[in-house]
Amino acid sequence: MSVTSAATGEPLVELSGVNKWFGELHVLQDVDLTIARGEVVVVIGPSGSGKSTLCRTINRLESIDQGRITIDGTPLPEEGKALAALRSDVGMVFQSFNLFAHKTILENVTLGPVKVRGKSKAEAEARARELLDRVGVGHQADKVPAQLSGGQQQRVAIARALAMDPKVMLFDEPTSALDPEMINEVLEVMTSLARDGMTMVVVTHEMGFARRAANRVVFMDAGRVVESSDPETFFTAPSSDRAKDFLSKILNH
Amino acid sequence: MQFISDNSDLLWSAFLTTLSLAVLSGLVALVLGTVLAAMRVSPMLPLRGLATFFVETFRNTPLTVVFFFLVFGIVQLDLQFPSRFTAAVAALGLYTSAFVCEAVRSGINAVPPGQAEAARALGLGFGQTLTTVVLPQAFRTVVPPLGNVWIALAKNTSIAAGFATTELTAALQRLTNVNGNQILLVFAVIIAAYLVITLPSAWAIRVIERKVAIVR
Repeated sequence: MSVTSAATGEPLVELSGVNKWFGELHVLQDVDLTIARGEVVVVIGPSGSGKSTLCRTINRLESIDQGRITIDGTPLPEEGKALAALRSDVGMVFQSFNLFAHKTILENVTLGPVKVRGKSKAEAEARARELLDRVGVGHQADKVPAQLSGGQQQRVAIARALAMDPKVMLFDEPTSALDPEMINEVLEVMTSLARDGMTMVVVTHEMGFARRAANRVVFMDAGRVVESSDPETFFTAPSSDRAKDFLSKILNH
Repeated sequence: MQFISDNSDLLWSAFLTTLSLAVLSGLVALVLGTVLAAMRVSPMLPLRGLATFFVETFRNTPLTVVFFFLVFGIVQLDLQFPSRFTAAVAALGLYTSAFVCEAVRSGINAVPPGQAEAARALGLGFGQTLTTVVLPQAFRTVVPPLGNVWIALAKNTSIAAGFATTELTAALQRLTNVNGNQILLVFAVIIAAYLVITLPSAWAIRVIERKVAIVR
């Protein structure tokens, strides 16, 4: 049972023939992937399979050596003003939260809208408080990140990304650094985003989230996309041996 | 004590000269050093190269040689500073900026890379990322090393004595020349005057360090 709204089918993020090397290591090998507007794509795979790198190439935090990535029809530009503008439309949530340590929770959420979008401070703060309430940390607005739990920090990080009204949100292992009891509060926020129709690329090990919220599961191994199918098919009848092996290791305990 | 009040004008003006040399060249060094540090971490190779060349030149040249060059050397290029005092500020500022740059750069490198990544992911450019996210955090970790640089600078102002600027060390020379029987007292007074500048600095640095500390 999927709770997400149906994707429209119109492509928003397109990767074609993407290759990347870290020295000798071929981390991304001929990756082709199209993400439709409103689609929630969960990327899973063993560690070192290139799934985080893939996620980070979409807003060019990692550059690629070959191939082409377009977002909403625009190819990713070289480093500079155009790239910064494009990144402002792509929200990113990191494994280690990366909240700005010297700023309050509220300032973390208003920084982008004020500095990049040129919004007034008052307007940005009103919207920030709305988003902080939505992720359930509105009463923490005047604290600094270190005073919050990991789960709270990650929800603030989601609010910070949402404040830019992104076209697509990238989640790079958003729950991997969290204590087990905090994982659900973050996944709930993500599930509600998915339900609201946000286009999402989620690198995660949370299979429950993949079943519940994904339109599509992409399985990666050794830098390649090995399988790409709807969650029901992927979890009940994976077609590749590699995926079967991976699932047997993580689901049977 | 009679001796001190007899020379109070000279001592006071020498103290003020040392203090203003240190403060003015300190400001020059702080601004220039920060710009140099930004250049050294910038993605543009020519900027990095230029800043590295500048820093290595001034860091590895004795301060006295820098003074010599700015006071006498540049005359051959038909250049001259308006006064010996401004030449001294320039020499101390340029020389110290190299050390400020390296201290700030170490602070920049101590900021977790995820901070800059998060800023870039929001759409902030290189300059915005540096000024709003990286440098404010970097400065907090470089307060102690910058304190060292400041104290070294306050003492380095004494080189200006050799280049016709009447600061504390020049006053020391002058007073010992004419008061051979009071040498120890002259030394004590001059050293105390330096301590008036450096000791409160050390205390202020500790206060600033506590104030700006960030919890991670």
